[in-house]
Amino acid sequence: MQKRMLEARKVIDSACEKLGRQINVMEVCGTHTVAIFRHGIKSILPAGLKLLSGPGCPVCVTDQSYIDTVLQFADREDCIVATYGDMIRVPGRGGSLETRQSKGDIEVVLSSEDALQLAKDNPEKKVIFVAVGFETTTPATAVAVMEADEQKIDNFYILSGHKLVVPAMRALLSAKNNSIDAFLCPGHVSVITGYGVFREIVEDFNRPCVVAGFEAMQIIEGLAEICRQLAEDKPELKSIYSAVVTEQGNTAARKIVAECFEPADGYWRGLGNIEKSTLRLREKYSKFDAVKQFNITETPSEEPKGCRCGEVLCGLIDPPQCGLFAMGCTPDEPVGACMVSAEGACSAWFKYCRKERREQ
Amino acid sequence: MSPGKHDRILLAHGGGGRLSDELIRRHILPRLKNDALAELSDSAKLNLASNEICFTTDSYVVKPLFFNGGDIGKLAVCGTVNDLAVAGARPVALTLSLIIEEGFEFDLLDKIVDSVARTARQSNVEVVTGDTKTVEAGAADGIYINTAGVGVRMPGVDLGCEKIVPGDKIIINGTIGDHGLAIISQRKGIEFESQLQSDCAPLNGLTCGLLENTDGIRFMRDPTRGGLAATLNEISRSAELSIEISETDIPVNPIAQAAADMLGFDVLEIANEGKVVIVASGESADECLKMCRNHPLGGDARIIGQVVQTRDMPTVELITRIGGRRIVQMPYGRELPRIC
Repeated sequence: MQKRMLEARKVIDSACEKLGRQINVMEVCGTHTVAIFRHGIKSILPAGLKLLSGPGCPVCVTDQSYIDTVLQFADREDCIVATYGDMIRVPGRGGSLETRQSKGDIEVVLSSEDALQLAKDNPEKKVIFVAVGFETTTPATAVAVMEADEQKIDNFYILSGHKLVVPAMRALLSAKNNSIDAFLCPGHVSVITGYGVFREIVEDFNRPCVVAGFEAMQIIEGLAEICRQLAEDKPELKSIYSAVVTEQGNTAARKIVAECFEPADGYWRGLGNIEKSTLRLREKYSKFDAVKQFNITETPSEEPKGCRCGEVLCGLIDPPQCGLFAMGCTPDEPVGACMVSAEGACSAWFKYCRKERREQ
Repeated sequence: MSPGKHDRILLAHGGGGRLSDELIRRHILPRLKNDALAELSDSAKLNLASNEICFTTDSYVVKPLFFNGGDIGKLAVCGTVNDLAVAGARPVALTLSLIIEEGFEFDLLDKIVDSVARTARQSNVEVVTGDTKTVEAGAADGIYINTAGVGVRMPGVDLGCEKIVPGDKIIINGTIGDHGLAIISQRKGIEFESQLQSDCAPLNGLTCGLLENTDGIRFMRDPTRGGLAATLNEISRSAELSIEISETDIPVNPIAQAAADMLGFDVLEIANEGKVVIVASGESADECLKMCRNHPLGGDARIIGQVVQTRDMPTVELITRIGGRRIVQMPYGRELPRIC
């Protein structure tokens, strides 16, 4: 490891020196964000290489209006809300699911299959599955929908908050004030999508895209590869996670997703409405679509007062630059979603970088 | 049906009448046999070798009741024995209070009390008094246990965070995170094939041996809920000194590490039930380590870090495998519920 580390550092240092400016690399995966902090990677990088935590945590990018809709279901006596645990504490306008737990019927599930089982076990109730996540979790939701269809389960509904990574990356790069030089691309998402999906970013925006795994050396070597490309001014698409990620990805999973879902415009926290960036159930499966079946109209809601999660997610500021950070907003009492989720940038800064926090 | 022929707990087993008596005489006393308990008096009389007494109590609500490497009975003895042991005491006697849900199977109760008895023998302590209560079905989850323990402080031993100075070493007697991960891996819904075993064990044999043979130990604590991260932060805060630990030196079972990674937990924050963090003087650390390693509960013992001067505020810092540095905070997230 020592040798690999020295080699990677050499590439990074020489790129920083050659470019003579700050290099900004954004990771767009919550697992990368946590791994970077947990391994103390920032502490061994030169000052010229800055890591930005982008919209990679599914909880963080979920618009508050979605949470408000979930809360409405939680308040209904005829519904059971089935959710992944990390959504429980995300605050909406009228509290969070956690505050409803003692009143409403809210079940924490570990998979979409568990949510479907809840529907089977409780035929007198309508089970609303809070389906959030990027390309990694979408196939599981799709499988549950297809199973519900086959088994004619008529009390199972999906509130789709599923999102696509690439449209968000395009939106970030299309913003005038962005400073992103390259992307460290998500390993998990790429297992499903294949690394080929990032080719358009390289071709349309001329930015390096490197897929890496989650071990410390993988991340550092991914960063070194990005630095090499930037120094040579030859942006490329590359995967150094070759043991797991192929160019095409998991074609079976992609097929299932395409069968159930179609891209739709949708709101992202901090990024606003992004064209064809979310997934909604196709007409064929609309009987499972909570939005259609319960006539939900989604309107974007305002960020909580003072919360700068949106700017954090765009890489425009580091969490400590938000006035609420560690003052009014802590993991115990979060204001913004980036502090709620363990994969959120604010939570990771709070947890692992107390020193930096004080210096701000 | 005559008393004692029941295969499940009835509410009346806690009513103080004939059924209560049967419960105690048939299911408890024969398993925990000792003179003090046999008297069934309202209080146990203890003859103690010293008037420097340590006294502690803890309640146990673990779910599931039986897990790889232990059960609620074993845990209820180990937890309280260990609280005495790390305080520098030799545990002498325990109380045992059971709160049992109506409908609980006697077979399970017998297994649990057998486990209490076995672990008490192993720890060289006696259960000298106790209580049983029953609650309506649904008012508890099977069985809850409370134990209190009395120990006698070992002669000449006076441990405390205020004795810690920069240069002191941090020792742990083996792999971390095994208990919490064994429990969570067996929980309904997250069940996965694993060879994870709780480390649940009474530590008094190890700690008493150490304290008898070296005077270099400044402080000890068992890293239970909140894991190593919580214990080191408590020590750092109380000693008003910083602690530096090295990720490479912290023993972690690879299966536990894989499970923690998969579930998104930091192994530093996971509970242990058979581990002790020892702060020893720089001069005595190697000797302490050697003694730990010679004990069955210390084969994987390591020096994992040291106490350092605090620059501004007491901090626990981890030097990662790649040489990076990061803060180890007091865990604040939702704890895994009911791991002990």
